Amino acid sequence: MLSNTDWLAIVNCMEISLKAETLFHVGSLPVTNSVLTTWVVMILLVLIGLLARRVRLIPRGVQNVVEMVVVSLYDLIKPIINNDKVTRRIFPLLGVLFVFILISNWAGLLPGVGSIGVRELHEGKEILVPLFRAPTSDLNTTFALAVISVVVTTVLGVAIIGPVSYTKKFIRLTSPIDFFIGIFEMISELSRLLSYSFRLFGNIFAGEVMISVITFLIPWVIPAPLYAFELFVGFIQAFVFVVLTALFISLAIVDHDAHPHDQVEAELQPSTN
Amino acid sequence: MDAEAAKLIGMALAMGLGAIGPGIGIGLIGAKALEAIGRNPDVENSIRTNMLLAIVFSEIMGILAFVVALIIKFV
Repeated sequence: MLSNTDWLAIVNCMEISLKAETLFHVGSLPVTNSVLTTWVVMILLVLIGLLARRVRLIPRGVQNVVEMVVVSLYDLIKPIINNDKVTRRIFPLLGVLFVFILISNWAGLLPGVGSIGVRELHEGKEILVPLFRAPTSDLNTTFALAVISVVVTTVLGVAIIGPVSYTKKFIRLTSPIDFFIGIFEMISELSRLLSYSFRLFGNIFAGEVMISVITFLIPWVIPAPLYAFELFVGFIQAFVFVVLTALFISLAIVDHDAHPHDQVEAELQPSTN
Repeated sequence: MDAEAAKLIGMALAMGLGAIGPGIGIGLIGAKALEAIGRNPDVENSIRTNMLLAIVFSEIMGILAFVVALIIKFV
């Protein structure tokens, strides 16, 4: 059995750091290990994109994989947005978001990510500064992604239903109840920033902490299924980020006040196709 | 009790209490989704997608508790 001092040694060994460590500076800009990994992921994605550039009618090699990913994503997003023109316009962004988040989540599971690094003296203690860190286990990355998602949703809403009717969703002066509903809409729009970023960050970071803790306690066999679970979680989080973005876009591009009667009648009539 | 001990207890409380709600919620969602699939197995795919979405909404509470626990511990 482990004694008390052993436990303390184990706990002190685990270097869990909430924020990404700065590796070097470019000018006055600090470059952290998660930014470095982001660059690696971006280079990888660009390479895959270049490989799949020569599109053939009969797919071969990489094109098969790329086509499978693109088509299944498109089929998933199309019924959610429910508007072919908008889907076609926004799909490139959503697709890249999915692939980028997926690769970023899985990057943290590669051997060497988080374990290869340089030892540095920091506040009197020698700590390991890893060279790589999963981009999505840094709150900055996930917050940037959340900002992109929310801004795109708002811009699309304004572009499709017009600035006046989009503002009417949030500022309603018809009755006191409507006024408060508008305020709640506004709050939920802003809290989306937090929920997007914390969901992604929390899931991926929690996974990494869990794996490192389990590896310290039981180094054999047990971490393997956890790795499989983290692969699944990484996929689900990328999927959920894109599906939620599509869902909120579909809500933003519908004008509730425009023609309520037409909609009801269209629903009442039996479909013609 | 010194500040460090209070911090550790606070962290454990934040995570432990915060995990209760999402745990119950995800259990209920899973149970209902299984019931629905049992009644109508043909729509399993769309039920699964919506179930995952609902689970994610429930899970965010647990994740927030986790983040708060980490902030208490490390910041």
